[in-house]
Amino acid sequence: MLGMTRKDAMMLAIVAIVALLAPFILNPFPVDSGFAQFNAGYPDLMQRFAIFGIFAIGFNILFGLTGYLSFGHAAFLGVGSYAAIWMMKLLTTNILPGMVMGIIVAGLFALVVGFISLRRSGIYFAILTLAFAQMSYALAYSVLTPITGGETGLQLKLNDARVLDAPLAPGERADANLFGIDMTSSYDLIVGGWQFTFNAGYYIAAVVLVLAFYLSIRIFRSPFGMMLRAIKSNNTRMTYTGLNARPYALAAFVISGMYAGLAGGLMVAMDTQVGPERMFWTASGEVVLMTILGGAGTLIGPVLGAGLIKYMENIISKINSSILHEWFYWMPDGLEDFVITLIYPFVGKGWHLTLGIVFMLVVIFLPGGLVEGGQRIKRLFESKKARKTSDQTTPAE
Amino acid sequence: MDAIILQILNGLDKGSAYALIALGLTLIFGTLGVVNFAHGALFMIGAFCAVTISRILTFSHEVVDETRTDFLGNPMKVDVPYIHSIVGQNAGDFMIDWAVPLSILFAIPVMIGIGVIMERGLIKHFYKRPHADQILVTFGLAIVLQEIIKFYYGANPIPTPAPSAFRGSFDFGAFLGMDANSIIYPYWRLVYFAFSLVIIGAVFAFLRFTTFGMVVRAGMADRETVGLLGINIDKRFTIMFGIAAAVAGLAGVMYAPINSPNYHMGMDFLVLSFVVVVVGGMGSLPGAVLAGFLLGILESFASMSEVLELLPGINQIVIYLVAIIILLTRPRGLMGRKGVMED
Repeated sequence: MLGMTRKDAMMLAIVAIVALLAPFILNPFPVDSGFAQFNAGYPDLMQRFAIFGIFAIGFNILFGLTGYLSFGHAAFLGVGSYAAIWMMKLLTTNILPGMVMGIIVAGLFALVVGFISLRRSGIYFAILTLAFAQMSYALAYSVLTPITGGETGLQLKLNDARVLDAPLAPGERADANLFGIDMTSSYDLIVGGWQFTFNAGYYIAAVVLVLAFYLSIRIFRSPFGMMLRAIKSNNTRMTYTGLNARPYALAAFVISGMYAGLAGGLMVAMDTQVGPERMFWTASGEVVLMTILGGAGTLIGPVLGAGLIKYMENIISKINSSILHEWFYWMPDGLEDFVITLIYPFVGKGWHLTLGIVFMLVVIFLPGGLVEGGQRIKRLFESKKARKTSDQTTPAE
Repeated sequence: MDAIILQILNGLDKGSAYALIALGLTLIFGTLGVVNFAHGALFMIGAFCAVTISRILTFSHEVVDETRTDFLGNPMKVDVPYIHSIVGQNAGDFMIDWAVPLSILFAIPVMIGIGVIMERGLIKHFYKRPHADQILVTFGLAIVLQEIIKFYYGANPIPTPAPSAFRGSFDFGAFLGMDANSIIYPYWRLVYFAFSLVIIGAVFAFLRFTTFGMVVRAGMADRETVGLLGINIDKRFTIMFGIAAAVAGLAGVMYAPINSPNYHMGMDFLVLSFVVVVVGGMGSLPGAVLAGFLLGILESFASMSEVLELLPGINQIVIYLVAIIILLTRPRGLMGRKGVMED
């Protein structure tokens, strides 16, 4: 189906269905219940799930398949964002030209950076990409201020040129839209105590995510994908068979740069502003965390990792000491305080600590990420079942 | 002329910090073959050792001073550090004033301990894993260390003053026979530079002139043979990891008065220090030191206003630019040996 095996088609279908039903799945708790803060079904966060999912899928095409660890991928995201917002400032508030331009510009930038960086591999490649990203960040922050808006960044303004759009009526704002569908428009469905928000921007991002996921399945299963895996598993042997690995690696680098540009363009489409901090190296580190946490080299892993990290960032960071007191009020006083002092460093502002610990545990014990964890659990059950059946078949003495 | 001398001096203190961190990174890489992304965090912990000591020394209790009165006419309450009642007032004040240099004594055992625990507890299990895994796990460790410090000390920079004897500035212009006040340079930065030279000298002397250092150098060249000769090289490398951590920590302790310590200072330095290591040559100790000072000075030259008029923004990117050029034209860096991580 669509050039995929049954299993891949199933996976794509699951992703599509989950993306479609996300407003329901992410809002399992009624609005006025104590657990409402665990609801992640609000538009801003759902959009970020989709956008960072795309970013991580793209990063995985480079790191998961070829093994080249780029520590500067946020630069492409930032460049894509800047390109997109300029399209929206100059041409039209329709997000389509912006996204296309984001992909193109990020792809060209990735071509230049990749052409230079791929001359080296391993730690040197990581440092080269890091150097390029830090340079872009520093330049966007200082010298390129006329293009990037410097520290304040760029926003849509009323007096932007927008040659394709009709002039704004007085009092009208320049909102990002797709052929008239406003990104911020949403529809609230209230069922009993539950509230489900269906946001136009999220669904557009989700459609792009499903398309991006489909493309990555095709790349993974294609001969080209096999070549990329060959680079990771044994570059020397590949060279000995008479193949030049660099064009393949460069192609993977450019593709993953374009994915980052797409994510950047979408980010601008959802929230019409850009700042240079988007290119800082911690942002590059974040996408590495997402991919590893989910499972590098697997199809679904990066999406899971991106979702998990963004969920933690938004939900765990909201838990403060009064919420903790609410949860543990049933304990005896001394014990309550003790438990809260134990938990407190890991939640609220300290959520990075939780993230760091989870990440270290994953790298140490589960190099394949969450996906490997799932497979191990599955195998555990299967082998138990297998043992049981084999026990039954062996005749007793 | 005075502008040039001033820029060289300005580059020295940052260059010293780069050189010390890069030295530690290279020690770890050269001995254990591990790329340690948590090294910046060790630098940061060093700086917070200074903060801790100065906090412990100024830990005070309230005492009613009968000789003075506040604006209401009541006897005034004064905060008196506990240290006064332990060693007497003069000695106590002296210790508080010299908190940062005193922290060195505290930082050395602490940092060696942290280094040894890190190596035995975590890094040991990553020798056989790919470099990417080493980078990732130490990156995670750096986040954890940074967040722990943030939890206990808060997110704001904590000013940690130098001893009052070093608080002024040295008039280099008058010293060199030029106009007075043409080149002014803070004393503490001179101290930092001298301190870093002492540490670098000590590390090199330790490796060059002691039996322990000789064994370590032999192990860096050919670990297997040294092991076959019946020497427990793993144990020595663990100690070297501790020493490398101590070097980073001391660099941090003494840097505290120059730049108020905050929890992410380590990461800021780490990225640049990696660039320094690569420019100097992976695994080359003199290369790391040389590149540290060179890049520090280069950075300060690039921020001269004359240069900035010609090439705006160059001060922000010059180090990365140099790193890219070096990596592409001379992959083994300035002084790297042939065959060390060249691919």
